[in-house]
Amino acid sequence: MTKIDPSRPESVLPTPSHTVGPFYGHALPFRGGEDIAPLGHPDTVTVHGYVTDGEGEPLPDALIELWGPDPDGNLPRVDGSMRRDPASGGFLGRNGVEFTGWGRVQTDANGHWYARTLRPGARGRSAPYLSVCVFARGLLVHLYTRIYLPGDPAALAADPLLSGLEDARRDTLIAAREGNGAYRFDIRLQGEGETVFLEFQ
Amino acid sequence: MTLTQHDIDQEIAAQHAAYEKRLADGGPVEHQPRRDYAPYRPSVLRHPKQPPVTIDAGKDPELVELSSPAFGERDITEIDNDLTRQHDGEPIGERITVSGRLLDRDGRPVRGQLVEVWQANSAGRYAHQREQHDAPLDPNFTGVGRTLTDGEGRYRFTTIQPGPYPWRQHVNAWRPAHIHFSLFGTAFTQRLVTQMYFPSDPLFPYDPIIQSVTDDAARQRLVATYDHSLSVPEFSMGYHWDIVLDGPHATWIEEGR
Ligand SMILES: [Fe+3]
Repeated sequence: MTKIDPSRPESVLPTPSHTVGPFYGHALPFRGGEDIAPLGHPDTVTVHGYVTDGEGEPLPDALIELWGPDPDGNLPRVDGSMRRDPASGGFLGRNGVEFTGWGRVQTDANGHWYARTLRPGARGRSAPYLSVCVFARGLLVHLYTRIYLPGDPAALAADPLLSGLEDARRDTLIAAREGNGAYRFDIRLQGEGETVFLEFQ
Repeated sequence: MTLTQHDIDQEIAAQHAAYEKRLADGGPVEHQPRRDYAPYRPSVLRHPKQPPVTIDAGKDPELVELSSPAFGERDITEIDNDLTRQHDGEPIGERITVSGRLLDRDGRPVRGQLVEVWQANSAGRYAHQREQHDAPLDPNFTGVGRTLTDGEGRYRFTTIQPGPYPWRQHVNAWRPAHIHFSLFGTAFTQRLVTQMYFPSDPLFPYDPIIQSVTDDAARQRLVATYDHSLSVPEFSMGYHWDIVLDGPHATWIEEGR
């Protein structure tokens, strides 16, 4: 069953998803996973928030991945997000120069996460956004959402996804400006103010 | 009230029957678990109640989600795919070799992408602070591995057969032995985290996590095959496990990879 013969397209069926579980912590998070922006880059933004469940309780064991373009809207093709030390096997962190566009961060004991990345540029017909993938114990299949940054109402109004949503739901995808380049983006998995999650076809 | 295996068994059976009925009524084959699968209790407060908003990726090739982060030689070390060589001594347990191919829905190999694994040791214990199971830790086994797929989409790990472990969701709840896998495709929409199981595990019927995949054929795709040709003489038992990533992807990204 688990040897797949690509010459028989009917046998090429998706491998099901499973939860990340509670014990990924020594495997997936890495040093500097949340520091995506090159050091001292003027277009650096901080995005942060809480991940909460259906009772409003924060999740101390959620894992967030962010993926986004550079400020010109170009998608990075460079590796090195989790540079390694060949001597110790440990993580060196990013080199502070190249922008890989991808980061990974675990919520802390308070259910809070943050990442520093570059302000994304626009691509195609969409307003600028960061793509987000949420994993957690209890989530049998991960969840996709997007972080849109405020500031350009015309671009947000023209965005194909946002323009199809009613206001209250739409607002769950737009981060709140806090000043000093910081933006708050909470992820509510269930219940009041539930974040809009996406599927792709 | 104490939650028993019998309670969970009944819920699993009811979920399976409900899926069979949906199929009989003309519903689609469900390759993925439902996020609200209640026999797995942690899902109850953590699944969205609103249906996901569908994005037609075919309409906009510029979507961020149609591309994927890159990984390279800088992101792994030479022994990352050999979990038996990461400490001074030999870990305890049965050595195994796990290998297979990473494919997309068109059967094409996903090349040069990151495969990450983590697992319990041979006694069923994770090297994780919050782990409560009092089976012994193995100072020579962390249970974490990484590799990049090769030009044919192939990956290969040398590790130790993980043990089953109790997880306290209900009385006498045991997880079948498994290895956690994290995978990237050529598009972020293909991102996958899953678990690989071993053939004929007697715990399968009791475990609400594997049973969350209610389609029998889909569930079988999580189980590796013993492969004698992968067994390394005088060293390890071989298991073959191919992985197919779901989700739309842009074909043009394949060029140059
Ligand atoms: Fe596990």
